[in-house]
Amino acid sequence: MKERTVQLEVLRYNPDTDTEAHFQRYEVVCQEEWVVLDALNKVKADIDPTLNYRWSCHMAVCGSCGMMINGEPKLSCHAFLRDYEGVIRVEPLAHFPIERDLVTAPDDFMEKLKRVKPYIIPKEKKPISEGEYKQTPAQLMKFRQYSMCINCMLCYAACPQYGLTPSFIGPAALTLAHRYNQDSRDGGRAERQEVVATHEGVWECTFVGACSEVCPAHVDPASALQQMKITSSLDWIVEHLMPGGKSARDTASREDAGDIS
Amino acid sequence: MSRKPLVRECPPTTWYFRQPRYMRYMSREITSIFVGAYCVLLVVGLQRLADGPTAWEGFLLALQSPASIVFQILAFVAAVYHAATWFNATQKAMPLQIGEGFVPGNLISGAHYAAWAVLSLIVLILAGVF
Ligand code: SF4
Ligand code: FES
Repeated sequence: MKERTVQLEVLRYNPDTDTEAHFQRYEVVCQEEWVVLDALNKVKADIDPTLNYRWSCHMAVCGSCGMMINGEPKLSCHAFLRDYEGVIRVEPLAHFPIERDLVTAPDDFMEKLKRVKPYIIPKEKKPISEGEYKQTPAQLMKFRQYSMCINCMLCYAACPQYGLTPSFIGPAALTLAHRYNQDSRDGGRAERQEVVATHEGVWECTFVGACSEVCPAHVDPASALQQMKITSSLDWIVEHLMPGGKSARDTASREDAGDIS
Repeated sequence: MSRKPLVRECPPTTWYFRQPRYMRYMSREITSIFVGAYCVLLVVGLQRLADGPTAWEGFLLALQSPASIVFQILAFVAAVYHAATWFNATQKAMPLQIGEGFVPGNLISGAHYAAWAVLSLIVLILAGVF
């Protein structure tokens, strides 16, 4: 195995003592086939145990090791050292508050996930005795791609709209709304529209497309958002231009009222 | 231990210099200025036409000035670039599922390019170019 000495420039921030973040340089002897996360682990084990960062699976499935690597949002367990030359600059995910060193606070994203109701709201509830909700492979394919999200938040770090307007629900959460809207077992679209079809929802998106370029799970959030813009526009046309048209949101409140009575 | 998260603001006016993909996005957005300006030009032309033959002749003459030709070339390039970005986006916004598979994206964008070519041809024929 070939060795290589790698220069890492890591953004450090200690909330107990610092008011600003600063870069710290580490020189690490690495194996040629390592990823950036391996290099960080080596720093923590041999050079500086105070370095903080998140990771778990080391195989691009848990979504916890997202960082900015040379300015690009990446899973550090999926960023191979051989793809980088010179000093590698490692920063916490952009657009999220820094908790400590490379650890960011994901609270805002978690809150937004909840708001889009990312679970199946059955069209018609039926007792377990009536068996499972069935789905054909074609019905599955309609949303499968959008169910591959690993909640790594790289798309939020890539999205300038989210950086500029933090109230934007953002790519991954809106894509999850789409995932459930597209599910043949789901009947919750009207409820989700109250969050989706708003200025904080899909209409904040100006289709920069960066989310889809950085997504490690090939979810293509940009496509989900554009599709939701089209269906939301169709809703608007039905509501405003068709005689007797009802908006998706009206339908939601009618159903809510029905539930209560 | 209390939390004291550090917020790093996104620079509101210079953010698009951070990444080549942001610059690409901005260039797409800027082309719309040319598209809009050309629409204004068309409306002015219509107004001149309504004002009578002399006004219309004057408008046509003004179109042939070097500055006007430079603008028209720029507007043409911008409009083609702008249109192409949208045609390429159609495959994302309007996927077509047949059974368990999806129609290849290139076909969807390609169909839009084809429709564009046919419509342009019809317009050119109606305008008596051929
Ligand atoms: S959509 Fe992609 S980039 Fe965004 S959180 Fe999900 S997996 Fe990560
Ligand atoms: S450690 Fe799990 S995705 Fe990188």
